[in-house]
Amino acid sequence: MLEINNLHCKIEGKPILKGINLKINKGEIHAIMGPNGSGKSTLANVISGHEDYEVIKGSIYFKNKEINGLSPEERAHEGVFLSFQYPVEIPGVTVTNFIKTAINESRKSKGLDEMPSSKMLKKIREKASLLEIDSNFLSRSLNQGFSGGEKKRNEIFQMAMMEPELAVLDETDSGLDIDALKIVANGVVKYSNDENSVLIITHYQRLLDYIVPDFVHVIMDGKVVKSGDKDLAKKIEEVGYDWLKKDNS
Amino acid sequence: MNFQEKLLDSFIAFEQDVDLLNPVHSDRKEALKRFEKQGFPSKKDESWKYTSLKSITQKNYSLSSKKDESVELRDVKEYFLNDLDSFKIVFIDGVYSPFLSKTTHDGMDICVLSAALSKEKYNDTIKKYFNKIVPKDESLASLNTSYTKEGAYIYIPSGVCPEDPVQIMHISTGNQKSIWLQPRNLIIADKNAKVEIIERHQSLNEHSVVTNSLTEIYAEKNAFVDYYKIQNDLNTATLIDNTFISQQRDSNVSVHTFSFGGKLIRNNLNFYHKGENIQSTLKGITILESNQHVDHNTLVNHAQPNCESHQDYKGIFSERSVGVFNGKIIVDKIAQKTNAFQQNNNILIDNKSKVNTKPQLEIFADDVKCSHGCTVGQLDKEALFYLKTRGIPEKEAKALLTYAFANNILESVKTPNLKRRINSLIANKLGVNLGFDL
Repeated sequence: MLEINNLHCKIEGKPILKGINLKINKGEIHAIMGPNGSGKSTLANVISGHEDYEVIKGSIYFKNKEINGLSPEERAHEGVFLSFQYPVEIPGVTVTNFIKTAINESRKSKGLDEMPSSKMLKKIREKASLLEIDSNFLSRSLNQGFSGGEKKRNEIFQMAMMEPELAVLDETDSGLDIDALKIVANGVVKYSNDENSVLIITHYQRLLDYIVPDFVHVIMDGKVVKSGDKDLAKKIEEVGYDWLKKDNS
Repeated sequence: MNFQEKLLDSFIAFEQDVDLLNPVHSDRKEALKRFEKQGFPSKKDESWKYTSLKSITQKNYSLSSKKDESVELRDVKEYFLNDLDSFKIVFIDGVYSPFLSKTTHDGMDICVLSAALSKEKYNDTIKKYFNKIVPKDESLASLNTSYTKEGAYIYIPSGVCPEDPVQIMHISTGNQKSIWLQPRNLIIADKNAKVEIIERHQSLNEHSVVTNSLTEIYAEKNAFVDYYKIQNDLNTATLIDNTFISQQRDSNVSVHTFSFGGKLIRNNLNFYHKGENIQSTLKGITILESNQHVDHNTLVNHAQPNCESHQDYKGIFSERSVGVFNGKIIVDKIAQKTNAFQQNNNILIDNKSKVNTKPQLEIFADDVKCSHGCTVGQLDKEALFYLKTRGIPEKEAKALLTYAFANNILESVKTPNLKRRINSLIANKLGVNLGFDL
């Protein structure tokens, strides 16, 4: 599904990623952990094609196709989804209109007709109820005045609507209370299947109690320094990252 | 002979066409004298610092129209709001077209100024209202007054609230190389009356037209007037809109200005308060491209206590277009408890466009709430990235953000059909077809 080889990238001239290697197969859930400033969010942004990040070396293959050079919207059309750490507020555009536009633009790119309204509405209702989002929420302006929990639920709602093949979740768990965390995790678990993949970027192990990863990787200073299974996340939760630093040096 | 001289000289010919005994004629003559002294405004005038009429007034224009009976409904239908019942006052090259209009004298007067000037029964109303709030020091207003002849005349009597809006349409056919038009509108909403008006100027081909329009609006006690200006003309059309509004106590007047097209548009919009507890709303969306120029020059004169004014203008500029916002609020010493709000926000899509924004507050009362703010910025890059990661292409994403930026102005548009029309004009202007009704 996703294969990243020796990826180096910089922002405003400053190197952030210094040789990332990562391979995610269809049906797998991967988690990336790491201390602040290690390059986790950068990786998420680079996969989605953020223009501020300059890839200087290495490659990103998605479904065996080099996607470095594709625009964010083209990557989205290919099936990449990024759940934002800080979703942007867009006053004046309702959640419903936004998601309709997103879905129909993606369909347009594939040469499909717009989704019939009745079908769209049914799907919106179904996914909204999965994330315990009530209907008046859907007619509010996108992310405007949403609580932290509402913003994240709304991200996962969009993911559920768009049904991407790869979902990159950038700190979707941060700032959530335990109830909201469970709802969000449940949304991800329901979405996850043998045909798609999930990349979870997180500080904390607790989300991984609900979404059990197949692999856990630790990023420090722009490199993957350790990979393992879910027990690696538990160990980090207990003892932190320092032992890896020593390991690394 | 330059055009200014032509305007002065042509007055004698103009006098052949009008009733010289009508008291209005002394207004005309005095106004012409003032214009002769004042001349066209130049960049030396503070309020014309960022807008030059030089290239326009150096040219020559025809002052009267050739008779044109060739305009059929089908030629102009698209410019009207057709999906609602409305009164229509339509002018072709400044001449009233009864054929395209739908007027009334049934319980109210929705007709033309020439009729009101020629019939005795309107004398008192004309005497009471005509040219009473037009500033003497504005030369273009003087020029319009001197050539007062035709325009819309609307009188809504006490307590009358017509359900249907009035569409005032000025069509220019372009059957002459260039024409200078000066419509004069008089609108009166008497006590407890209510009226909604939509005004549009439209040229049918690319021959140049300059319209120096003047509208006086009188809202008597507790009257409601909603005025919408659709400015979406061709790039050969210039519009100078002078709108002066007088409000009595408890009245509520809103003016929405949608400026999407034209070579040069100047909106002089003045509100004068004559009583307490007045609400005034001034809103605008300006979306410009290809060297277009729009100048909003507003004045709200709070001259009585306990009144409110809300100004909110949004502008989006690309391709060397220029926007000017010059918003003046005066709060007189007696106007305590005034609440005056002014906001002007602009987005420059590229670095070749320009905005000059200048709020001016002159406050002489000590117990007032006044706020103003202006911003000039670009589309938020993070927001753009967010939309793109959802598969929305750059052009559509930009349009969506632009729309979102301007959207709150539309919230106060009360007629759904009009709102839809404005929405589709915006979508059209932005060149997108989004997956929903904007």
